[in-house]
Amino acid sequence: MATVMKGRGEIARLDREVAEGFLRTMMLIRHFEERSLELFTKGELIGMCHVSVGQEAVAVGVCSELRGDDYVASTHRGHGHSIAKGADIGKMFAELLGREAGYCKGRGGSMHMADVGAGFLGCNGIVGAGIPIAVGAGLSIKLRKTDQISVVFFGDGATNIGAFHEALNMASAFNLPVLFVCEDNMYALSTKTGDMSGAKCNADKGTAYCMRSRVIDGMDVYAVRDATRELISAIRAGEGPAFLDCKTYRYYGHSKSDTRPYRTKEEEAEWRSRDCITTLADKLTAAKLATAEEIEAVEADAARQIEESIEWARQSPFTNPEEVSKYVFAE
Amino acid sequence: MREITYRQAITEAMDEEMARDERVILMGEDVGLFGGAMACSKGLYEKYGPERVIDTPLAETAIIGGALGCALTGMRPIAEIMFIDFTGICFDQIVNQAAKVRYMLGGQVEVPMVIRTQGGAGRSYAAQHSQSWESLFAHFPGLKIVMPATPYDAKGLLKSAIRENNPVMYIEHKALYNNKGNVPDEEYLVPIGKADIKREGEDVTVVAHSRTALMALEAAERLEVESGIDVEVIDLRTISPMDEETIYESVRKTGRLVCFEEGHRNVGIASEVSARVTENCFDYLDAPIMRVAAKDVPIPCATELEREVIPNPDWLVTAVRKVLGEREKVPAAVGYTSCV
Ligand SMILES: Cc1ncc(C[n+]2csc(CCOP(=O)(O)OP(=O)(O)O)c2C)c(N)n1
Ligand SMILES: [Mg+2]
Repeated sequence: MATVMKGRGEIARLDREVAEGFLRTMMLIRHFEERSLELFTKGELIGMCHVSVGQEAVAVGVCSELRGDDYVASTHRGHGHSIAKGADIGKMFAELLGREAGYCKGRGGSMHMADVGAGFLGCNGIVGAGIPIAVGAGLSIKLRKTDQISVVFFGDGATNIGAFHEALNMASAFNLPVLFVCEDNMYALSTKTGDMSGAKCNADKGTAYCMRSRVIDGMDVYAVRDATRELISAIRAGEGPAFLDCKTYRYYGHSKSDTRPYRTKEEEAEWRSRDCITTLADKLTAAKLATAEEIEAVEADAARQIEESIEWARQSPFTNPEEVSKYVFAE
Repeated sequence: MREITYRQAITEAMDEEMARDERVILMGEDVGLFGGAMACSKGLYEKYGPERVIDTPLAETAIIGGALGCALTGMRPIAEIMFIDFTGICFDQIVNQAAKVRYMLGGQVEVPMVIRTQGGAGRSYAAQHSQSWESLFAHFPGLKIVMPATPYDAKGLLKSAIRENNPVMYIEHKALYNNKGNVPDEEYLVPIGKADIKREGEDVTVVAHSRTALMALEAAERLEVESGIDVEVIDLRTISPMDEETIYESVRKTGRLVCFEEGHRNVGIASEVSARVTENCFDYLDAPIMRVAAKDVPIPCATELEREVIPNPDWLVTAVRKVLGEREKVPAAVGYTSCV
């Protein structure tokens, strides 16, 4: 059995600067996602757009422990990972709005957001497909003999696909520096995690491949950070891959058209009451580390940054149809 | 006659066949209470229960392999793969297992299974959710491939596919689900392996399928109104095995052919139709055959770029004029300069 860890985000451990950083990044992601949805509803943003509202603590807690040269591979729900890894928000909006200034020059859109230069290997439209790629990055790290690590985010649903199992097995067999981060938001589209696997929890699948595996409250950014810190230090010490199973929740539907007939309003309210942003803000004020006004100021600042980024993206030119064949092959 | 949508046609076909034969089951991701990602199985779970409308784990290999195992042992499964792009994951189960098992085993088994999936572009879903992979699957003997363009064909072909004792890939088009059309009140089937002449004409034959069949009708109207050109539109309906005779007969009449598809131009269905007509109707041809297809570029996300890659009725209009000898400057976008 994987070790289930209690959230250890006690107030005493909160250091104001770190906490404010967490709060700020989580708020940036929240605003980015909420505004993306609005743009989507208005038709300014088209295609697909899977938002991660509710799950911000996982992206932020994990990425806060990464170095700039570490790698991250992501999923169809990857805007948060991208922001937490340090991507430029203006370029992200530009991508969503089909602009030349977008990270993928408008060719990828939401599901293929990537900032490879910053180690963000990209979102992915195929569930599970990022997992073997992250293992490959881990293999490359081993062959190049650096002390980087490779991190891959994936959903509970992805733990049922073959690519996941092949990748975990290889990472384990080759003792690769890979951290597998499962964002268990309780559902793969409409199906419940527990109904779709005989395993009691996702982390048991990490244990099955003989890697250090932890189960953690994914709504608590400190709990995620602490567990990540422990696992990464083992990985960097050459002890092989590890698995982090984060229990979290997506507040909205799978995508825009999903009316969520498979879950109850009560369940949604229960998870929202444990919101990663408000919980942290409340802890900070209760410990008198910040005033409500100061927290509002952080939020206002995040909101402003998002608006400015959208405006910047809107002002930037559309893609050039004449160059549609560019980037099929390297010259 | 009643008017229903393409989506309703699919639901009705499954419903009627499940009522008719209790060996018919539906399995796939979110096909149960949720009713399917494209909402094609709405109501079936309530009617037939979780043993016949089965929500599977997110595991395409297990879905297709599981359906195949069922088919080999007395069931008649319909397996849904949410996007044809995801058949990459279960390619082995489709082409190495389902397609070949009967032949490899010397005819010991029948494989009564349907793989229902959906493809096509036009929604800015980008490179992994917009593809047209029919030509890939058409390469393999042992698979039948059907692609309806209208609600009438959608219902009749799916019912035939479910009754077929061979693996059938039934490929829907994501842009057609809300299209409406007439279907008979009484039961009917559309035979697999039979193309449909959707518009009769004398001057030029256009062979298309799925959404391009509808685009061809639109282009044909315009050509008639604008230039009095009389286009015959053949909707393949079944990609494999292909109804060659209907095509040849038409080309013998018109002497001109444009092949029109949404898949990439390289090694596509249009290429196949063109090759067969060249081999069999060369003496009847009055002009080189032209292909109008998607550019050989992964489908981009941004609207302006996607529009540049996916064929549209304008491209077809230009190509038809060209095979009729109207000397027009062909826009580079059409991408068939090699035919000049
Ligand atoms: C191989 C594959 N199968 C199916 C899909 C369609 N699909 C996209 S996301 C999704 C659910 C994924 O669930 P999970 O892994 O738990 O991630 P979540 O959406 O909950 O973040 C499905 C079925 C896909 N994109 N790729
Ligand atoms: Mg999930």
